[in-house]
Amino acid sequence: MDDKNATGKDTLDKLTEVSTDALKCMQCGICSSSCPSGRHTSLNIRKLVKMAGKTTDILDSAELWMCTTCYNCQERCPRGIDIVEILLDIRAISAHNGRILPEHKEVCAMLIEHGHAVPINEENKMKRTGIGLEELPETVHKYKDELEEVKVLLSSCGFEELVMQAGISGKEDSA
Amino acid sequence: MKGLSLFLGCLVPNRYPGIEMATKLCLAKLDIDCVDLEGASCCPAPGVFRSFDRTTWLTLASRNIVLSEQKDRDMLTICNGCFSTLEDANRSIKEDEESKEDVNRHLEKIGREIRGDINVRHIIEYLYQEYGPEKIASYVERQLNIRVAVHYGCHLIKPTKDRGLGSFERPAFFDELVTALGASSVEYPDKMACCGAGGGVRSAMKDRSLGMTEAKLARIEETGVDCIVNSCPFCHMQLDAGQTEIKEKNGAEFNIPVLHYTQLLGLALGFPAEMLGIDTGIEKNRKLMDLLDSQV
Ligand code: SF4
Repeated sequence: MDDKNATGKDTLDKLTEVSTDALKCMQCGICSSSCPSGRHTSLNIRKLVKMAGKTTDILDSAELWMCTTCYNCQERCPRGIDIVEILLDIRAISAHNGRILPEHKEVCAMLIEHGHAVPINEENKMKRTGIGLEELPETVHKYKDELEEVKVLLSSCGFEELVMQAGISGKEDSA
Repeated sequence: MKGLSLFLGCLVPNRYPGIEMATKLCLAKLDIDCVDLEGASCCPAPGVFRSFDRTTWLTLASRNIVLSEQKDRDMLTICNGCFSTLEDANRSIKEDEESKEDVNRHLEKIGREIRGDINVRHIIEYLYQEYGPEKIASYVERQLNIRVAVHYGCHLIKPTKDRGLGSFERPAFFDELVTALGASSVEYPDKMACCGAGGGVRSAMKDRSLGMTEAKLARIEETGVDCIVNSCPFCHMQLDAGQTEIKEKNGAEFNIPVLHYTQLLGLALGFPAEMLGIDTGIEKNRKLMDLLDSQV
């Protein structure tokens, strides 16, 4: 994960590109004081905004993944900076540099296999029939051809590779 | 106005099927033209998948939207997360020709194409704009004389510049839909605070995520409400299953019943709690059912 080859100049360029708006920040701190996660975690969104676009160190910050995307910071920022959108873009650069948390990899694996981040299980099949619904919902769970379509799209977009390589090689950004 | 197709998402059909049943029963009772959307997948969830790869996120969302386009119907969601993804993706397709072409290059491989000619609706937003509290009230068969803590969740109204439902600081539309059923919506501190689940925080950092939930539940408990009502199965799970998880974590006990709006509406429209999945294995909801039974 801390392979510095993973954070070359291209990556910094990309970070700079997605973070241009953050230059408008005047460090007033309204974002941080509006942040519910900041009260319960070490997330200081104002500090992340300050780092954005300036250093690839931001890709290794655990705080990047503590944002619940509630948008309070973005709504209240007096400079109108799209803080959450920037953060999501930085997360994506981080993922493309091989950084996906193990728990998130599991969620991705569910999507790849079942077409759903939270697939059906036996307990819930019973709950469904118990209240008069069919055992399987009208989703890809029931229509296997449609599930195949989802799989084709996931591989067409290179999602499987992205998830597989994450956390193993930390190879150079190929996005 | 176009008819609707029902987008289920993951959590409703696979974890809280009562919400699916409640939605279908309510739509039928209110004479809303809505059909099943066969073959839909995960929306995909905005917090995690969009965080990893925007193209994948946009392409899968677009496939779901295409299913509804092919029925020439608007898409109805019952989840703030699905709404966030499908609304945002649909807008990107409509406003950004380059994104649309990019997505269609992928969709071509499955023989589909996105046009960008339908709208995505959220059931709360739909009921408020197309029916309004007064018309909803006219359908009520059972006045719900209970005190409710309304939880809007984040992605129903934010980012406000895209949602167009007004300021998130003190919104009232959801509360009005609740009071239309006879219930009173109780004000409480941090009402607009996040449930703590979003952005992949619940899956990767459960303890921290539950810290946010516990803070919110504590504020709600102080006001002594009969239940929490939400518009999002992800918030629903966090506030409902979260109570059990918090108890296991540090012993704090809340016992506050949690209902999706469609379940509350279903009760008011006269459907029994069992059909709405309100009592299925959720012990704490018993309190609410006893209270309602005592009012009949
Ligand atoms: S609210 Fe906006 S201007 Fe103020 S510190 Fe945060 S990002 Fe900077």
